[in-house]
Amino acid sequence: MRALRFLLRKEFLQIFRDRMILGMLFVMPLVQLLVLANAATFEVKSARLYVVDHDHSPMSRGVVDRLTASRRFILSDASPSVALADDAMLRGKTDVILVIPRDFERDIVRDRRASLQLILNAEDGAAAGVMQTYASRILIDYASEVGAEVNPMLATAGARAEPPPRRGDAIIEVRRRGWYNAELNYRDYMVPGILVVLVTMIGTLLTAMNIVREKEAGTLDQLNVTPVSRTTFIAAKLIPLWSLALADLALGMLLARFVFDVPVRGNPAIVFLAATIYLLGALGIGLWVSTIAETQQQAMFVTFSIVMVYLLMSGLFTPIRAMPTWARWVAEASPVMHFVRLMRAVLLKGAGFVDVTHQLVMLAVIGTLVLTLAVRQYRKRAA
Amino acid sequence: MTLAIDVHELTRRFGSFTAVDAITFDVNEGEVFGFLGANGAGKTTAIKMLIGLLAPSAGSATVAGCDVVRESDAVRRRIGYMSQRFSLYEDLTVRENITLYGGIYGLSNEAIRDRGDGMLAALHLEKMAKERVAALPLGWKQKLAFSVALLHEPAVVFLDEPTGGVDPITRRQFWEMIYAAAARGTTVFVTTHYLDEAEYCDRVSIMVDGRIAAMGTPQQLKEEHDVATLDELFVRLARPSAAAHG
Amino acid sequence: MVKELRHILRDRQTLMVLLLLPLAMVVLFGFAIRSDVHDIRVVFVDPNPDYATIALRARFAGNGRFEIVGTVPTIATVEPMFRRGDADIALVFEPGFAGHLAEGTPARLLLVSDASDPNTGTTIQAYAGAVIASYQAEVGGPGRAVQIIPVTRMRYNPTLASANLFVPGLIALVLTLVTALMTAISLSREKERGTLEVLLVSPLQPWQIIVGKVLPYLLLAFANVVTALVAAWGIFGVPFRGSLVFLLAASTVYAMVGLALGVMIASVTNSQRAAMIGAMAGTMLPNLLLSGMIFPIASLPGWMHPLTLVVPARWFIVISRGVMLKGAGIAQLWLPLVVLFGMLLVLMLAAIRSFKPRLA
Repeated sequence: MRALRFLLRKEFLQIFRDRMILGMLFVMPLVQLLVLANAATFEVKSARLYVVDHDHSPMSRGVVDRLTASRRFILSDASPSVALADDAMLRGKTDVILVIPRDFERDIVRDRRASLQLILNAEDGAAAGVMQTYASRILIDYASEVGAEVNPMLATAGARAEPPPRRGDAIIEVRRRGWYNAELNYRDYMVPGILVVLVTMIGTLLTAMNIVREKEAGTLDQLNVTPVSRTTFIAAKLIPLWSLALADLALGMLLARFVFDVPVRGNPAIVFLAATIYLLGALGIGLWVSTIAETQQQAMFVTFSIVMVYLLMSGLFTPIRAMPTWARWVAEASPVMHFVRLMRAVLLKGAGFVDVTHQLVMLAVIGTLVLTLAVRQYRKRAA
Repeated sequence: MTLAIDVHELTRRFGSFTAVDAITFDVNEGEVFGFLGANGAGKTTAIKMLIGLLAPSAGSATVAGCDVVRESDAVRRRIGYMSQRFSLYEDLTVRENITLYGGIYGLSNEAIRDRGDGMLAALHLEKMAKERVAALPLGWKQKLAFSVALLHEPAVVFLDEPTGGVDPITRRQFWEMIYAAAARGTTVFVTTHYLDEAEYCDRVSIMVDGRIAAMGTPQQLKEEHDVATLDELFVRLARPSAAAHG
Repeated sequence: MVKELRHILRDRQTLMVLLLLPLAMVVLFGFAIRSDVHDIRVVFVDPNPDYATIALRARFAGNGRFEIVGTVPTIATVEPMFRRGDADIALVFEPGFAGHLAEGTPARLLLVSDASDPNTGTTIQAYAGAVIASYQAEVGGPGRAVQIIPVTRMRYNPTLASANLFVPGLIALVLTLVTALMTAISLSREKERGTLEVLLVSPLQPWQIIVGKVLPYLLLAFANVVTALVAAWGIFGVPFRGSLVFLLAASTVYAMVGLALGVMIASVTNSQRAAMIGAMAGTMLPNLLLSGMIFPIASLPGWMHPLTLVVPARWFIVISRGVMLKGAGIAQLWLPLVVLFGMLLVLMLAAIRSFKPRLA
């Protein structure tokens, strides 16, 4: 395959002389990691709390103190009027409204139960849910504390007083542990996905644009007239980008590990193996796009849209389990999804080769399928 | 004399539109053949079929002794092509372009080197060998593109509007190169808009609306149709269809 | 301007993409991007099953949110399951669970969740906790436990539908796509081809040329907004509680900001390629990341907050969410509107200024 060698040489020469591509190769990982890793987070840090306290009792103040002490809720304002609170929420000045009714303390002492109102701004439903969870937990803790105080017989020192055992009472003590992400750090969760984005962008986008550029310049026709076979041509186009995408992945992983402190608990070799297979599909898509786009602008547009859809449906930013069934089926067919899952498993959970076999197989199957279809489409178009 | 190009009832349809309508002609070895026609007459489609970029809807053609449909690989090895946009890689150097095309056509490393050196000398481009093609002036690019198309010594070379946009002197020099190639036995198939260039060809054909409206040596055609220049003939043939297109 | 319109209409491929893509995106995002969690796969580690553990396990089995993937005797088996992604949460019972319950001593239970995704991890724990709590309430006596019961109301989005969050932002994205991106590309293409110079030499004023080029995109943007809104309302039931007129007016201002940005990018760059990249980096990316469209601004690290202030989409999203979900009107949303106006003026001046000398 002598012709292939010559073509490869030309491709590499062209790539390294193209400032845009070089920029993408070296600058993009940095920018993506820096910006995306920081910006792509759904972490719910704190919410602004507006208190409407109709009770003004030590206990109602206790509730507010507890909420603010947790640092999850920041007191933004207080007033006796619910209408004012509503207006504040309307204007976006507060996220949570706490309304404590008038006989709050009395109800607790007398009946051992009282209710209060929590109004959450649910524009972001997920965040509201998380906030609700935090609030509930804080209230439960406070309730058990108050329980001890209210019953002087059982008063014990210390904040987390536990009532002494008494026959007939069932107590379940729940301890919670979160694995793989002790600090509940969103960055660790996102970075593997960002690396996937990196590899995909380079693989798919550059392939499409590269081939279309030759189409635009007229050199594609020229090559079609030479004895070079279509397969050789395609191979010459894909191989350089393949290797460069892998190189970029390496760069990205180094940055992630040493600059952003993302853990790499598993064997990186698995990641590179998966990437090699994954690129089959990614480059295939780029090839396919190049057959339907006439200008570089179109190529970029179409590729970008396809990649975007893929990325958003892949569990990268939003959990797959939350999607409706049909969307989950679509995701199953998406190589991005499998690659992301594999990355997360290997990097965060220390998964081994055996654990990710399913993903690797899916990647291989999808990749081969996509590439075959793309090559066939390319041959058809060119002939 | 053997036929370099033999075309028989070659047709190409796009849906209901017939771009090339059963044309038949032949070109002898070593001829300089001018393929003329107005835009939209079907010239480009016809050429694309001959060089293997499009499949014919009907009819047949043989180029350099091989059938364009069934032996397309063999055809490709025996022809050279220079497109309107010169088909050189602008971001590669002169030398790199030569090496690339030489390698693609299967020339040995020595052959690439030797022929490349010879080409650079003949074109007086030795000093520019390491420059990017983008830096060359237009006329030099054209001559270089032509030479590169001949690098692998093809039997037939197809030139699609090769002299667009250059000054008359450079055009003149270009045609001298064409003659030299023809003298060496290469068949040259040229399309051009410049009808004065048509006079330089051994034979010409004029395509109108997918058909060949006239074919022969320039002298023959002028006598037959009683015109002083091929220009007049062209206008006359093209005009009725121009009136039809409105 | 008519010429430009015809231009666009003739480029059917791009037209299709421009009209259909936004629609497809709205539909896709709305359906697929959800954050609600269900089908939580739970694995039980129950070394000594007894009536209590079995009862509690049954509770989970009966709860539609959970899917039981196994019961194992030791916790060692759990780790590989997590690694393979086969389970989301593990419930570890201590031996003698029922015994403790009967005696009134704390019966210990360990909830281990896969917290790779922190939010989901937290939510899953919350759901599991709720099941346990309800079991405890049933089993345990009324006791002396004090209960503070929060009555929760989720305002503006009672169903916590994600579509409600994303769709207003999506409108902003679509508008940016059609205005900034397309304008930048189309203008830079004309610049490259040289047809722009021809126009400049004509008796037309520069501003007339710009307006002529840019107006069709404005119309297109408008069409897109309307389609997106209809899709959002019709398919997802995204509410529209505020004034349509206000939203359309704000959309127009925002679209013009996008157009001005596009013109500026085109005049500052030298090639189509550069314009493409410039538009992407300068408009699409900030829109996606920094505008609060997908990732809440509150979640961003502190140093990024000032950055978000210069992203026009951020202000528009405040308006679109405010109008659609909260029913807010100009009284509450005057500030973002003023900011958008300000941006428009600045950008228009800059665009017109940079346009003329560039071609001189």
